[in-house]
Amino acid sequence: MGKCAFITVGTTQFDLLIETIIHDSNVLETLINRLHIDKIILQTGNSQMPSYDNLSIPIEHYKYKDSIDNDIQQADIVISHAGAGTILQTLEAHKPLLVVVNEKLMNNHQLEIAHEMEQQGYLYHCTCSTIAKTLEKYVNHKFRQYEKGNPLLFGHYLNQIMS
Amino acid sequence: MNQKKTIPTLIVLGSGGHTTEMFRLLSGTDLNIYKPRYYTIATTDKMSAKKMNEFELNTLKDMDVSFINRSRHVGQSYFSSIFTTLWAFFTVIPIVYRVRPKLILVNGPGTCIPIVIASLLLWVLFLINRPKIIFVESICRVQSLSLTGKILQYLPVHILVQWPQLTEHYPKTQYIGRLV
Repeated sequence: MGKCAFITVGTTQFDLLIETIIHDSNVLETLINRLHIDKIILQTGNSQMPSYDNLSIPIEHYKYKDSIDNDIQQADIVISHAGAGTILQTLEAHKPLLVVVNEKLMNNHQLEIAHEMEQQGYLYHCTCSTIAKTLEKYVNHKFRQYEKGNPLLFGHYLNQIMS
Repeated sequence: MNQKKTIPTLIVLGSGGHTTEMFRLLSGTDLNIYKPRYYTIATTDKMSAKKMNEFELNTLKDMDVSFINRSRHVGQSYFSSIFTTLWAFFTVIPIVYRVRPKLILVNGPGTCIPIVIASLLLWVLFLINRPKIIFVESICRVQSLSLTGKILQYLPVHILVQWPQLTEHYPKTQYIGRLV
């Protein structure tokens, strides 16, 4: 079976990420030759989809779906913007995740979670200019498995406080 | 605790990721104790209404909902948000008075602050019994509290955070594990 890379920007405009994936030959080469990806799915949100032809890999793209869960499930690697929702959704699905930080959105507290998750060994994060280099680290790399939080702890806490 | 006793609970649905986190929190609670559940949702927030309907699908008799004007839109200036927050404050007073919650669950942003202040005000005026108020900071906040969390530190509110390092910077906060 083929291997799929899923790129997602949520509802943001992140033209440079989409552009880099499609037109940075180093990124494509790393995906194809090093990570053996043979299909790319792009969720582009508010970003511009650049024109492309003669790419060495089939590409699907769309703006939005009700749920990107299926695309995450069938992906072998997810490349995402720094949105907390997407980060958690991907880690909970136990998929390798590369978070690409949008430098145009500085002061974004969402960087905190990407940074912390990297510290904890769940993912790597980078900027658009270092995607190819960072993807190299994903070759044969096993990340720490993320465990979902436990809402029952909250239930116990409530019972304690209300008793 | 007497298991037969129910606890009227007021739940403030923020929007987007906050609402998602709130329903995850609620999934860990005993819905037979924490009822009736009174939700407040911003009038413009279709997504939260949808999530609430999914969550309460089989328990409609135990819940109720009020739609209120949102205290702050994304991108709105802090100055003009003072007025919309005041407005929201006056609209939520009758809701809190009617509901008389024993427990208030908030996780920001939206109408969270007006509801907390309204309930404290009704309490100091002896119009309602003192409710327990619990704020759960979003899992997105790793190094610093959200604006809502920072304000609530100064009020009699229990604040739970989801990253332990936050409790070092904010001594009023508590970490009991990652919850969502």
